[in-house]
Amino acid sequence: MTPLLRLFGKPWIWSWLASFIVWFLTIMVTLGASTIGVSQAALTFAAFSVIVGLGQMFVITLGPGNIDLSVPATMTFAGTVALKLMNVENGMILPGLLATIVIGLVVGLCNYSLIKALRIPPIIATLSMSFIVQSAAIWTNRGLRIKPPSVLADFATSNTLGAPNVAIVALLLSILAWFLLEKTIYGRWISAIGQSMPAARMAGIPVDGVRFVTYLFCAVLASVAGYLLACFSGGAALNMGSEYLLMSIAVVVIGGTAVAGGDSNVPGIWGASLFMFLVVSMLNTYGLGAGIRLIMTGLIIISVIMLAGGRRAGMR
Amino acid sequence: MNGIQKAVIAVDGAKVSFGAVKALDGVTLRVMPGECVGLVGHNGAGKSTIVSVINGGLTPQVGSVASDGERLERYGINAARVRGVRCVFQELSLCPNLSIVENTRIMHRDLGGFGWRTRAEKIIEQSLDTVFPGHNIGSSRAVGDLSIAERQMVEIAMAFSDAGIAPRLVILDEPTSSLDASLARQMLDHVRRFVAAGGSVIFISHILHEILETSDRIVVMKDGRVVAERPAHGFDHHGLVEAMGTVAKEETGQRSSREQPTAPLILSHQAAGLSFTAHEGEIIGLAGLAGHGQTELLLALHAAQSSNWRPERDPLVTFVAGDRRLNGVFELWSILRNFSIASLGDLSRRGLILAQEEETKGADWKRRIEIRTPDLDNRILSLSGGNQQKVLFARALATRARIVLMDDPMRGVDVGTKQEVYKIIREEAARGRTFVWYSTEMDEVRLCDRVYVFREGRIMDELAADAVNETNIIAASFSGVPA
Amino acid sequence: MTFRLSSDAMRLAIPALSLTLLLAAVFWLQPRAMSYVGLNLLFNLAVPIALATIAQMIVMAVNDLDLSMGTFVSFIACVTATFLRDTPVTGVLILVGAIATYAGLGVVIHLRNLPSIVVTLGMSFVWGGLAVLLLPAPGGQSPDWVRWLMTVKPPLAPMAIVASIIIAAVAHLVVMRSSLGVLIRGIGGNPRSVERAGWSIVAARGAAYGLAGFFAVLAGIALVGLTTSADANIALRYTLLSIAGVILGGGEFIGGRVSPIGAVIGALTLTLAGSFLSFLRISADWQIGAQGAILIIVLAFRLMLNRLEKQEKGR
Repeated sequence: MTPLLRLFGKPWIWSWLASFIVWFLTIMVTLGASTIGVSQAALTFAAFSVIVGLGQMFVITLGPGNIDLSVPATMTFAGTVALKLMNVENGMILPGLLATIVIGLVVGLCNYSLIKALRIPPIIATLSMSFIVQSAAIWTNRGLRIKPPSVLADFATSNTLGAPNVAIVALLLSILAWFLLEKTIYGRWISAIGQSMPAARMAGIPVDGVRFVTYLFCAVLASVAGYLLACFSGGAALNMGSEYLLMSIAVVVIGGTAVAGGDSNVPGIWGASLFMFLVVSMLNTYGLGAGIRLIMTGLIIISVIMLAGGRRAGMR
Repeated sequence: MNGIQKAVIAVDGAKVSFGAVKALDGVTLRVMPGECVGLVGHNGAGKSTIVSVINGGLTPQVGSVASDGERLERYGINAARVRGVRCVFQELSLCPNLSIVENTRIMHRDLGGFGWRTRAEKIIEQSLDTVFPGHNIGSSRAVGDLSIAERQMVEIAMAFSDAGIAPRLVILDEPTSSLDASLARQMLDHVRRFVAAGGSVIFISHILHEILETSDRIVVMKDGRVVAERPAHGFDHHGLVEAMGTVAKEETGQRSSREQPTAPLILSHQAAGLSFTAHEGEIIGLAGLAGHGQTELLLALHAAQSSNWRPERDPLVTFVAGDRRLNGVFELWSILRNFSIASLGDLSRRGLILAQEEETKGADWKRRIEIRTPDLDNRILSLSGGNQQKVLFARALATRARIVLMDDPMRGVDVGTKQEVYKIIREEAARGRTFVWYSTEMDEVRLCDRVYVFREGRIMDELAADAVNETNIIAASFSGVPA
Repeated sequence: MTFRLSSDAMRLAIPALSLTLLLAAVFWLQPRAMSYVGLNLLFNLAVPIALATIAQMIVMAVNDLDLSMGTFVSFIACVTATFLRDTPVTGVLILVGAIATYAGLGVVIHLRNLPSIVVTLGMSFVWGGLAVLLLPAPGGQSPDWVRWLMTVKPPLAPMAIVASIIIAAVAHLVVMRSSLGVLIRGIGGNPRSVERAGWSIVAARGAAYGLAGFFAVLAGIALVGLTTSADANIALRYTLLSIAGVILGGGEFIGGRVSPIGAVIGALTLTLAGSFLSFLRISADWQIGAQGAILIIVLAFRLMLNRLEKQEKGR
């Protein structure tokens, strides 16, 4: 097998290839004049999907039925509380971040307690939890729009060496996630659980402990994404998370992570997130509306899952 | 009159093999109208395979199936149903979420149309009343709500029920296993009535006196062959047990006589029946008919010794799966990862996997138990079944666990591999490791120092040293025979 | 024979009890709600939710899950407010096409053994996109007959109650009493034995999805009748609400254990939860949260009863 062929065997290459093509088509409209602008915007907006998607990917890796529907509510709640706590004071940035992480931990804890204590499927547990968290967000928000502290707002909207800061944060988190998955026992364990829970149990893996930590991790990533998104957009809005429910699942699937669990893919999340944003901007550039963009997104997800399903069946 | 002309089902010279394992090695079986054929044999004798051939679930590679003198080329489940072949399986073959009436609707395809509920109700209640008079089962109850005995009764009644196509041959595979004595009596009486009215029955049971008094003819199977076939009155308990065993095969030999355990006790467990104990360096066999509680004991031993919440540095037990696909291999992974998953604690520092040490250990074990692959980074599914099983053995043996639990791991493994693994087990036992080994194969059970025999979820007997032999084990597995 | 509650009856008892309790609490807090007008106000929005819940329930009966329910109902609402009013023939054709698409999805999911969650996730984008194409901004108008149907004032009980009872009865007939319903639930319970008896599982799965599509179409039409106009995001919450409604009504994710009457009751309970809080003078902020809390409480309650039942069986 040549190196090039091997590269094409990687599940993440397709999302990268697709986003590159879309990127190219977009900048060609302005004959390259918009290159930097489009790229920076893509990196910025992809960053939020990446952070949320990473958490969702860990959960989906745990195997069929594992999915966290409380992501959007957690984002909104964390963003709202953090901005309220910081109250536009630069000195409160760190406590705000801490509060964000604590919110993530609490939501994750509640999620897994429900799954375990009520023995209900993760979908319904995280769904009922999301109702409560969403309400908590509405209650905290009360329609007031508090601005983020100036330092934080600047940080979230500016670039370092041409790269958006939020994208750098997302990159660091991605490296952490990749490291966890590839180099640590924990990564092996979640992959094993995703492939076969009974086999994992019989191999001596502490299944409940690992799943618990994974749900915590997902919720913390969601709340951090909410914190950053609220700072980036100059305040928390009650519907700021809603887009990310389907988005977080879509980027995981398009990115080449196995929907049936056990096989995760960090680079693919980036490819898929960039792609999702670039498709929007390309269609906008060409004057096509949101409707077409949504339909295309849906068709892409369905074709990806059809292809992936076919590939797997062919391997056997 | 020619026998084949008359037979409801005649299987001739059927051979079926799964990979290297010969499940049926030229079986000829004829079932006449108005006859109850008792079918007995120990694990792996080929009983369930011949049943699958008769009910159309399996096509023999060699041999033929004929019915009413007509050779059937394209015999399948639907063809069998049309000819009135019905089957009661040990596993649940009804939908637990549906009521009894609704299950009747599913089972009889051409029952539809307005008012099907009334018709289905009549059919199933009639059948229940006939087979189990005074049964007290309301036909509107959901199958999932029934007790195991009631469920079994419904399955049996369903097989004897008549909705257009009358049942002609009913196969009963351990039908009385969850019925109490009086219900079993009712069922056996019905079998006799059904047979007297010209129906045919194939009857499989581990309760020998049932077989002896209900069957007209008894067929004894062993190793995929029919080893004895006589009218029922030609057998008695003792004769049946002997026929199931190896007739002329020297008993001892393979098992090197080892010192009986004076070694310290390492594990004890209060199971149903006799209590379970294990000593250091012992090879303990769990025997009896398949599915009589051996796997459950292994799972209970494992669950009692491992935590679901915290990682364990020094587990006492480790597990070798028998059902590789269900709870053994991780299909997406390489051989190396499959091997190392249980001993990652020793191959890492502060949660970080030491890739170098993992590879060294993998290569070491690859040599020790000769996993045949050019590269440990190949996917696990690239290996043959036997080599996959070796990887699972290596996974367990590479841990520091003092006790290895084995859940019939040699199913479908070729003979060469088996011998290699037996050698490793003996070596490891000599070093002080304890093995708890559930096996459905007599040759393996004979390798053990001590054997617990299971029947109906309980440990019924304990055999040690020279008492570990085929006759004793078969006698203890089948009730109605003094051990 | 001693009296024994079947598990089907148990399944219904808990949701019915929760609804009664909640209703009693509302009446106690606000006696004026105990009237024709009051009840209509309380349950007004329940009809489309109940229909969507039935649709979701049929998908869940074959062990699948539909994440596109919300966008699909929104899309249907947009079709109803535009085509069905202006050019009824085209409108009906579109609706029939949508149902056929649902049936097709069921077939594809079965044939290629795809995870229903991901396929319907993709479809949710498609339906959403189509809805945006139809109505980029809120607008359209409900056809007069739909409006009339949803606002008609039958004697004795308000429309919302009458409609809920009719929906429950029809769904019960189709899902619990007909041969097709038995087959669909059989697939959820033990597909192997259904196949062994000689049925085509593909056809049955397609039929289940088609039936679900039909009820979802009704949900969209009913919704427009209540709101008089539509927009592309009008029913996004229905995805989660319909799942919650099925679970509240005693349905389960796997095993084909569903209850149409329970599902309608579940939908009514969810609708009522919001009103209950406003009567308690707790701010409307907690309305969604109350739905979540009720869901958790009912599930905990159910677990408790299941345990008791098991103990009794073990004796």
